[in-house]
Amino acid sequence: MKDTIDHISRRRFMEELRRYQKGSVTRRHFLGVTGLGAATAVLGAAMPGLLPRKAFAQGSIGDRVVLATWPNYHDAANFDAFTAATGAAVQVNVFGSNEEMLAKLQAGGSGWDVFVPTNYAISTYVDQDLIEPLDLALLPNYDAASFDPRFADPGTVGGKLYAVPKNWGTTGFAVNTSRTGGTTPTTWKEFWDLTQTTFSGRTMVHDYQLTTIGNALKYFGFSFNSVDPAELAKAEELLLAAKPHLFAINSDYQPSMRSGDAWMTICWTGDGKQLNRDMPEIVYVLGKEGGELWSDFYAVPKSAPHRAAAYALIDFLLKPEVNAVEALFHGYPVPDSRVSALLPAEVLADPILYPAADLLNALEFGAAVTLTDPNRAELMARFKSA
Amino acid sequence: MQRRLVSGLLLAPAGVWFAVMLVLPLCFVLVFSLGERGAAGGYVPAFTLEQYANLPARGQAFLNTLILAPMGTLLALVIAYPLAYFLALEVGPKWRTTLLILVIVPFWTSILIRSYAWIFILGGQGLPALLEWMGFGAPRLINTRFAVLTGIVYGYLPLMVLPIYVSLERLDKRLLEASADLGAPPFRSFLQVVLPLSLPGVATGCMLVFILLMGEFLIPAMLGGGKVFFIGNALVDLFLQSRNWAFGAAVAVTLVAIMLVTVTFYLVLMRRLGGTRGNVELI
Repeated sequence: MKDTIDHISRRRFMEELRRYQKGSVTRRHFLGVTGLGAATAVLGAAMPGLLPRKAFAQGSIGDRVVLATWPNYHDAANFDAFTAATGAAVQVNVFGSNEEMLAKLQAGGSGWDVFVPTNYAISTYVDQDLIEPLDLALLPNYDAASFDPRFADPGTVGGKLYAVPKNWGTTGFAVNTSRTGGTTPTTWKEFWDLTQTTFSGRTMVHDYQLTTIGNALKYFGFSFNSVDPAELAKAEELLLAAKPHLFAINSDYQPSMRSGDAWMTICWTGDGKQLNRDMPEIVYVLGKEGGELWSDFYAVPKSAPHRAAAYALIDFLLKPEVNAVEALFHGYPVPDSRVSALLPAEVLADPILYPAADLLNALEFGAAVTLTDPNRAELMARFKSA
Repeated sequence: MQRRLVSGLLLAPAGVWFAVMLVLPLCFVLVFSLGERGAAGGYVPAFTLEQYANLPARGQAFLNTLILAPMGTLLALVIAYPLAYFLALEVGPKWRTTLLILVIVPFWTSILIRSYAWIFILGGQGLPALLEWMGFGAPRLINTRFAVLTGIVYGYLPLMVLPIYVSLERLDKRLLEASADLGAPPFRSFLQVVLPLSLPGVATGCMLVFILLMGEFLIPAMLGGGKVFFIGNALVDLFLQSRNWAFGAAVAVTLVAIMLVTVTFYLVLMRRLGGTRGNVELI
């Protein structure tokens, strides 16, 4: 990995980004000097359809591209740059869970061109014949060698590449240490025990069976992905015992953590980073027993109405300069070494984003069956209605 | 003949609308409810009553709804009736329009935004902080049944006020004079004249609020913190999370059936009570 790349150094890139974020320079200047503008131009040269608007008469990619993604997961400035270069406006649909995305695509008529499935969902989309193998000729910015295979592999199903990696992260918990009397819990066992004692009425869990049941299973040392009825029964027992002590079952936990209503919550990397950045007393913990490691991908549904624009957008977002701006905006790690080369050293050294190896090695990727298992879905329904 | 043609033509849009948007989807739901869930979710055609046999799995959600929806309706009625009475019979025409507009103003903003406002009002730094400052301790309000009930009554109050107001406003004021002339004290006039005559408005208001509450999912999700689970929330989860369309359809059909029974029962009851109203009109 080299520190400088062809047209702009890592440091220079960061300086320009900071200047742009502070409002010292215009977006035009920022795009020009960092090569983001050039990136889109290169893209245009590589694909006839991406030439400036006048050249759209032939092979036009159309006037829009529809992206289904997660909350706070993109920098709007990148979309503006894409639209300026291609004439295609980016329409964003925000979702709360992989189940919800799958439900929309299964029902048909979603109108999406690009969406962001998580590792464990991809094989289900392939089985259901909902996504297409990617045409790599249309993705010149995708360099398989620069991606960490641990996070990139789930995009390949049956030897075919169906999805390219976007970001990865972990699922741990965030805890407000000003309420623990100076100690920081380090295990899922402590998470659930605290919830039922001194933190009663102050803990939040996700409204998401995968993580909530998964981390209840970790209390007993079972696999995050268990679908074993006996193990699930133990997890259910714990969840039902903890329920009266919960503040809420809600995946939108940042507002309650910030207001002080909630003191502890199951939490994803990026939210943990954002909370810790603004309130240092809130720390992000990976349970010692393990938990979830995940990676998100870009994929194209078979039903994509603007297929050319879909590929153009993915290729644009994979451009390292563009991807680095994304990463600095949302705070999730990128598995692309070309992007890491552009990120400041303090980001790469951040233990929230890049946990220590022993913590990371204890984590499991969610499995496809964990998402689709009807027993886990029913367990979650019983937990919520109890 | 021509008249029938004209009225037929005029009714055609509504007829087509109901057929396509109501009857057809209901048929789909009915068919789906007899099917099975696919391995990865969705719907697989079948002919089984298995989904209906599984209904007790959502018993608690039905129970929550069947307790909180009538409670919410009743609370809204108790709060709305005096307000409507005041607006219709006590306030002069000068202020009436202004006050009526104030009742409707909340509808100009989405219920979603207004529910967010309630999250802050009932949250730790809102009302509980104020109560603590006043020396009453800091009760937990947000994410409780109390919060859901508050949100429900707040959200649906105008739907209760307006029909009652209309029925009270139409009331012939001379009846009140007659009642007083015949020696009835004000409270008796209210019980025997005003209340029976406003029953149609009460019935309409209760019906509107109750039916909407039975399908409510937004307020319980936002103010109940996911811990107060209505049948509407169960449906959202069944279709969008576990993607069990067949079971979701069975729950939906059951909800429709429960509504049909309660509403029919309610209408019969109201017709019985309506008999009193006929007597008043005879006087």
